Amino acid sequence: MKVLIPSALQSYTGQAWVEAQGDTVGAVLDDLDRQYAGIRFRMIDEQDRMRANMRFFVGGAATFDLAQPLRPTDTLHIVQALSGG
Amino acid sequence: MASNKNKPAHRVVVLVATRKGAWLFHGDAQRKSWRADGPHFLGHIVSHVVLDPRDGRTLLAAAKTGHLGPTVFRSTNFGRSWKEAARPPAFAKAAEGQVGRAVDHTFWLTPAHASQPGVWYAGTSPQGLFRSADGGVSWEPFSPINEDPQYREWMGTVQDGTPDGPKLHSIIVDPRDPAHLLFAMSGGGVHESVDGGRSFKPLVKGMEVVGGFDPSTITFHDPHCVRLCPSRPDRLYQQNHCGIYRLDQPSDEWVRIGKKMPKRVGDIGFPMVVHPRDADTAWVFPMDGTSVWPRTSPQGKPAAYVTRNAGKTWQRQDTGLPPDQAWWTVKRQAMSADAHDPLGLYFGTTSGELWGSRNEGARWACIARHLPEIYAVEVAELQ
Repeated sequence: MKVLIPSALQSYTGQAWVEAQGDTVGAVLDDLDRQYAGIRFRMIDEQDRMRANMRFFVGGAATFDLAQPLRPTDTLHIVQALSGG
Repeated sequence: MASNKNKPAHRVVVLVATRKGAWLFHGDAQRKSWRADGPHFLGHIVSHVVLDPRDGRTLLAAAKTGHLGPTVFRSTNFGRSWKEAARPPAFAKAAEGQVGRAVDHTFWLTPAHASQPGVWYAGTSPQGLFRSADGGVSWEPFSPINEDPQYREWMGTVQDGTPDGPKLHSIIVDPRDPAHLLFAMSGGGVHESVDGGRSFKPLVKGMEVVGGFDPSTITFHDPHCVRLCPSRPDRLYQQNHCGIYRLDQPSDEWVRIGKKMPKRVGDIGFPMVVHPRDADTAWVFPMDGTSVWPRTSPQGKPAAYVTRNAGKTWQRQDTGLPPDQAWWTVKRQAMSADAHDPLGLYFGTTSGELWGSRNEGARWACIARHLPEIYAVEVAELQ
């Protein structure tokens, strides 16, 4: 599926849109980390919690659950939420 | 005191970590003019940049951003290129049903003993101790303290910490013995191991705490910076939330040497610097720790203070510094010394100025200004 990478993480991917595979949000992030080593830990901490200000959207709806199922036709948007004015 | 005058001059590079990136300032042979190399990691919050003295070319940088999680960058060519650690410092995954801790940022980096090439230690916020055995590529929790119930109690909570989180800092390796280790916690005292980190015990006797609290409670001890004297490793100096101290082992009792500081300046501050060849000489950079803790230069008049007699007396060193209306201060890891003779001193300010002295603090000159807030200043010496 297509994944939108925020600008702060494009140093890993080299581009805004990348392809990754997985049937859950967590599995897609694992696949991203296989392709771009280190990228997952910048978004997800060692307790498998989404880091503050990192937001994930599937089909335009926010998700806070790494176990959320995904379909191959879904698009995952990863966004840095604003943390200030 | 041994002289360094006949040794070949090493070029000094000042490693500056800031709230918005890192810079390397390359000095000329006289340490008079400086070439800025940077920014590296522009926009990253860089807490510490340290050279591996065992190979003279590997740099580690502890970094994060406002949004992204923490990492460690590594360069094996003195900053020409960087590669991220494969496994940055991270706490162990908590058992099901328990709330585990997550590293917010790596705060402190220390190369291990000269006999242990590639081994590094790291201190984090929240307070944790980590070790790498492969030059900073992968990191693992080190020693039992990260999960030890007693240590977790002493570490307190985030509310006990400094404004941007409690920090494990001042990781010290005895140059005589790789198994003799020390570290300090911004909330939680000074701790010592004589078995290579398999166990630690508090080293707080003689240290004062905020009035009304019990000094026997380890968590009330707030060391700001601890340094070991390379020329006399039994001697430690400490800048603490409650004064300046010296410890001469095998004694286990700190002596408050800051009481000899001028009363109107006080003995509160963050950094502590020791002379590499003279254990009686050390520097502090006092700040205003009164009332609401402004954390500025006392009266807006910044100065270093030096002792040449292990804390019996202190002399003010402010020549070249702004005479007044300078409301900055120097953070705990933002002051350092080279090993030249005469020794050079360097500090970075919360207002983004880098200052240096080529004559042991007798006169100061501004090396750079308009940098972001400076978090750390380390000195690298290159052949």
